[in-house]
Amino acid sequence: MTTLDSRSQAVLSIQLIDARGPRFGAILTTLMLAATLLTIPSTISIILLSIQTLVFGLGSLVGLAAQPYGVIYRRFVQPKLGKPTDLEDPRPPRFAQSVGLMFAVLGLVALLTGATTVAFVAVGAALAAAFLNAAFNFCLGCEMYLIGRRILGRSSVSV
Amino acid sequence: MTGLLVLLAVLLGASAFGVYRRRVDGQLRQVSRERPDEPTEIPALVEGSVAVVGAPDGPQVPHHREHLTSADIGAELGSSATVVQFSSAFCAPCRTTRVVLDEVSGMIPGVAHVEIDAEAHLDLVRRLDIRRTPTVLILDAAGDVRVRAAGAPRKADVIAALGTLM
Repeated sequence: MTTLDSRSQAVLSIQLIDARGPRFGAILTTLMLAATLLTIPSTISIILLSIQTLVFGLGSLVGLAAQPYGVIYRRFVQPKLGKPTDLEDPRPPRFAQSVGLMFAVLGLVALLTGATTVAFVAVGAALAAAFLNAAFNFCLGCEMYLIGRRILGRSSVSV
Repeated sequence: MTGLLVLLAVLLGASAFGVYRRRVDGQLRQVSRERPDEPTEIPALVEGSVAVVGAPDGPQVPHHREHLTSADIGAELGSSATVVQFSSAFCAPCRTTRVVLDEVSGMIPGVAHVEIDAEAHLDLVRRLDIRRTPTVLILDAAGDVRVRAAGAPRKADVIAALGTLM
């Protein structure tokens, strides 16, 4: 016997996605951010981080369907892997994209203004989150979300 | 050079954290009567043995253990136990956990599975000191929180923990 509250019932009607897609994206993101770290401070690092910022922007603001790494995954990787074994809710990975976007924008602004130390910290933080996602399937932003809501928020639904 | 050092530090730190989290994730812990905030591990579950978990030592003060009513969780308590799952929208393992707990509650008569949206019940989340989703609580027939796990628990562990409450 299971009782779901109204919000959870809404979850059931959401279109699920292949869980391997965001994981593949996290691997590419990890490589991009690692390459950015190794080239700071240089024009190459600005170009790399700009591309990654655009990727995060599309993934979070437009949606996972528009996320370039996801497009690469669906076009070139998924056909080789076959049917998905694990489906997941697209909201956690999309939320992760917005957390990544915040750090990437901060890093990019820091690079453009010559604040190299800030750039190292911001790109390093984004790399930590992407690497945890790629290597351990762990969503750092998702974990921080409830803590953030506990500190900042009141209950969004009055019962 | 600095970039390489930052890269190595991040990879090492994140790996250590990831390995630690994988180890403790979803581990069911028995809630002691004295200090509900500091659950103690269930020895029987760690080794997978069938030993019955004894009551914690010390004076028995049942009122210090968190107590939930059907009004708190918005659903009727199960006649022998209730598995309460706190979930949120941005939570990938919540789905897996729901499937596991659904299956368990369907299998064992008298066990109810209640899923609570953590964001919509922040007061309850603060009162129970829930920090992440999914967090799973197992209540006995009276509604006392006896076992809790942060992260997706394994099915066998949930069944074993329910067994100790029956």
